[in-house]
Amino acid sequence: MAQSHLKAVGEILAKHGILVAFILFMIAFALLNPRFINSDNLLGVVRSSAILGVMAIGVTFVVVSGNLDLSVGSMMSFSTIVVLDLHDKLGPLLGIPAMFAMTMALGALIGFLVGYLKLNSLIVTLGMLSAIHGLTLTYSGGKNMDIADKDGTWFGFFGQGELLGVPVPILMFALLAAGLTLVLSKTPFGRKVYAVGGNGVAATFSGIPRARIVFYCYLISSFCVAMAGLIQASRSLGSQNTVGQGLELQVLAAVILGGASLLGGSGTIFKTVIGVLILGFIQNGLLLVGLEFYVQYIVTWVIIILAVWLDIAAKRGQLWSPIA
Amino acid sequence: MSAQAPVLELKDIVKTFPGVIALDHVSLDILPGEVHALMGENGAGKSTLMKVLGGIYQPDEGDILVAGEKTILRTPLEAKGKGIVFIHQELSLAEELSVAENIYMGELPRKSLGRVDWSKLFSDVDEILGRLNCNFNAQTIVGDLSIANQQMVEIARALTVEATTVIFDEPTASLTDAEKVVLFDIIEDLKSRGVGIVYISHRMEEIFKISDRISVLRDGEYRGTLKASDTNQDELTQLMIGRSLEHTRPDLSQSNGDVALEVKGLSCGKLFHDVSFKVHAGEVVGFYGLVGAGRTEVAETIFGMRNKSSGEIFLNGEKVEINSPADAIAHGISLVPEDRKGQGLVLGMNCRDNMTLPQIDDLTVSGLTAPQSEQEIFKKYRDQLEIKTPNWKQTVGNLSGGNQQKIVIGKWLSMHPNLLIVDEPTRGIDVGSKSEIHNLIRELAGQGYAIIVISSEMPEILSVSDKIVAMFHGEIVHTFTSSNVTEDKLVQAISGIYEPENAA
Ligand SMILES: Nc1ncnc2c1ncn2[C@@H]1O[C@H](COP(=O)(O)OP(=O)(O)OP(=O)(O)O)[C@@H](O)[C@H]1O
Ligand SMILES: [Mg+2]
Repeated sequence: MAQSHLKAVGEILAKHGILVAFILFMIAFALLNPRFINSDNLLGVVRSSAILGVMAIGVTFVVVSGNLDLSVGSMMSFSTIVVLDLHDKLGPLLGIPAMFAMTMALGALIGFLVGYLKLNSLIVTLGMLSAIHGLTLTYSGGKNMDIADKDGTWFGFFGQGELLGVPVPILMFALLAAGLTLVLSKTPFGRKVYAVGGNGVAATFSGIPRARIVFYCYLISSFCVAMAGLIQASRSLGSQNTVGQGLELQVLAAVILGGASLLGGSGTIFKTVIGVLILGFIQNGLLLVGLEFYVQYIVTWVIIILAVWLDIAAKRGQLWSPIA
Repeated sequence: MSAQAPVLELKDIVKTFPGVIALDHVSLDILPGEVHALMGENGAGKSTLMKVLGGIYQPDEGDILVAGEKTILRTPLEAKGKGIVFIHQELSLAEELSVAENIYMGELPRKSLGRVDWSKLFSDVDEILGRLNCNFNAQTIVGDLSIANQQMVEIARALTVEATTVIFDEPTASLTDAEKVVLFDIIEDLKSRGVGIVYISHRMEEIFKISDRISVLRDGEYRGTLKASDTNQDELTQLMIGRSLEHTRPDLSQSNGDVALEVKGLSCGKLFHDVSFKVHAGEVVGFYGLVGAGRTEVAETIFGMRNKSSGEIFLNGEKVEINSPADAIAHGISLVPEDRKGQGLVLGMNCRDNMTLPQIDDLTVSGLTAPQSEQEIFKKYRDQLEIKTPNWKQTVGNLSGGNQQKIVIGKWLSMHPNLLIVDEPTRGIDVGSKSEIHNLIRELAGQGYAIIVISSEMPEILSVSDKIVAMFHGEIVHTFTSSNVTEDKLVQAISGIYEPENAA
């Protein structure tokens, strides 16, 4: 009897481990520092997680389709620089769509290389990470980009504005999450993304055009990156060329924390969002507890390793395998 | 034999999965030098029981006794260390590695400084492959081998250790008759050396040919052990499925429908050339031949998985260009592929989603998937094919092998194709369901479907086909009608020694 209870607990953990971890974690930090759970702090964390979250939602598509995207950080720098520049040259009304088009052209290029030419996504996007960085520097001439008339523009709305009392970045994050959840879990396209990532050969035998699906996943990912760039640019109305540096790993961390398999075929937007929030709250919690901000880099890594290990242990039914 | 102590005993084994009692207090013993057959319907628990023996699953309750001693087998390597060798139903080879590396995985022979002793490795393995009459060598990359040959590699693994027990889980599912003969010789040899053998199969002829005792499982429960010499097919069937089967040979009506598929001079590189044949509506055309004869490749080319190098394909009299499976599906062609795990299923996806995958674009309400219609399709084929699963959400990878195969069949039947191609449709399917599927194929033909059946099982080909196309080395040797075919002629044809004028 006791054994079957244990087994049931194990099953719940294996299925919803990430949620359980999230709740335990929130309780722990709340006990350590009561300020942690006041609503201003919570809202602040969600707000500052929005950029990471928007990007992670896009990358979830790529990961579920069985690929990686390490280029999103440098692509986000590109979007930010481009939209700031075009704001002054074309005005925000034209500049924003133009920036989306340019960013998604990069996404299309990656999608073409990984989908149609079947090149390894790790190599392609790692290369793109550096190539896009070069592109951004070429575009900006290496200088920081600033909006000339910061007081005379409504462009700050996306990063700083509020609608009905809710910060606009959070609204955009939430709307994107809801919209793309629908796409991934309730449309034929979404189903095909899981099939391609789960077993590409079987998907092909089922008449699913693998290359095209992968292509669209990268397009979606670049769309999300453009949105993140928009929020970033709008928040500070000026930016360095390296604003997105290192974000690709945080994004990947959030997606893995959410439980998506790097082998493809599993993961959901909802879980990714939880992963993003966990990362955000951990970083915030560490600051509140009084640790230096750079400790978060180390802690983030430890948490990812823990998450991956627990995931494998749950599948194996034991914490480590006694032989090899 | 009764005086001998068993090499292995299983006592009151219980194993449950969420929603399934896979094994319910099952006991079994295996004597040295016997072939102990394990039978039961798809999902009865055979593979699970053997996985418990092989150290892959831990039982919830019950004991395993190796040579009379209570033993806990935590991993496959521990089981192997106790002399228990497991040849899996689902192939588990590393496709990028050579045959030799696969066979000695984890135990490669070493020279000083831990270097792999390749020459010893290759010569040892070539010696084993020689005993198995294999037509490939130690250095061949496994991914380049046909499924049957990959199966032979699995079998070769068993010959590398001092085994006390060898478990064969449906070893012949993808072997040809000639390869089976080799396998049975090997089993005889192991037997004579006192090895205990567990043999799982759905094929009665084999079971009676090689086994000494037969144990039956049903719905996870032990139903008894019979001496092969004291029982017969009917008694066994009764024990397995609780009823006996009518041996009605499905009636083969000469079709007079229009030509549904015509293939003219189809070639594909070195795989096959100048293949021409017709399939009428309401007709079942069987393709028979040895592995490598090109049958699967012809099917895959018609289905758009391969690019033809020359030739023409006509559907209902119209010439069609098929460049992808999507094209083929749009033209109303379904293909149940040969390899369910690699080609047929997304193992991590649930049963329902797998089944509706090819038609997911058509199952929508204002752009979103329609779970209601998906559910209906799933239920219909679950009931028709008697698929055993706790519910539609079950991950397909967790179903028993035979039930996985039924999901693939359901998936393609639900497309209501004009042309249905089935490649080894009953691989791994139990006796009861097998005759159901044969009846189903005949029934579909009766409804006007044009059907191609590819099979390595002579009885299957003979019982469902109106016309039999025999292939040898990538060419069609002869096309028989069901009235003028005999087993002898077929065997000659697929070995390339058939001469129609002599046989007339
Ligand atoms: N890992 C698993 N998770 C959940 N259920 C499982 C798992 N493995 C097996 N089962 C279930 O246990 C039952 C027994 O399966 P098993 O594979 O032993 O059947 P089998 O007798 O080998 O059938 P077949 O003839 O089709 O190979 C099935 O209902 C199957 O769905
Ligand atoms: Mg089985």
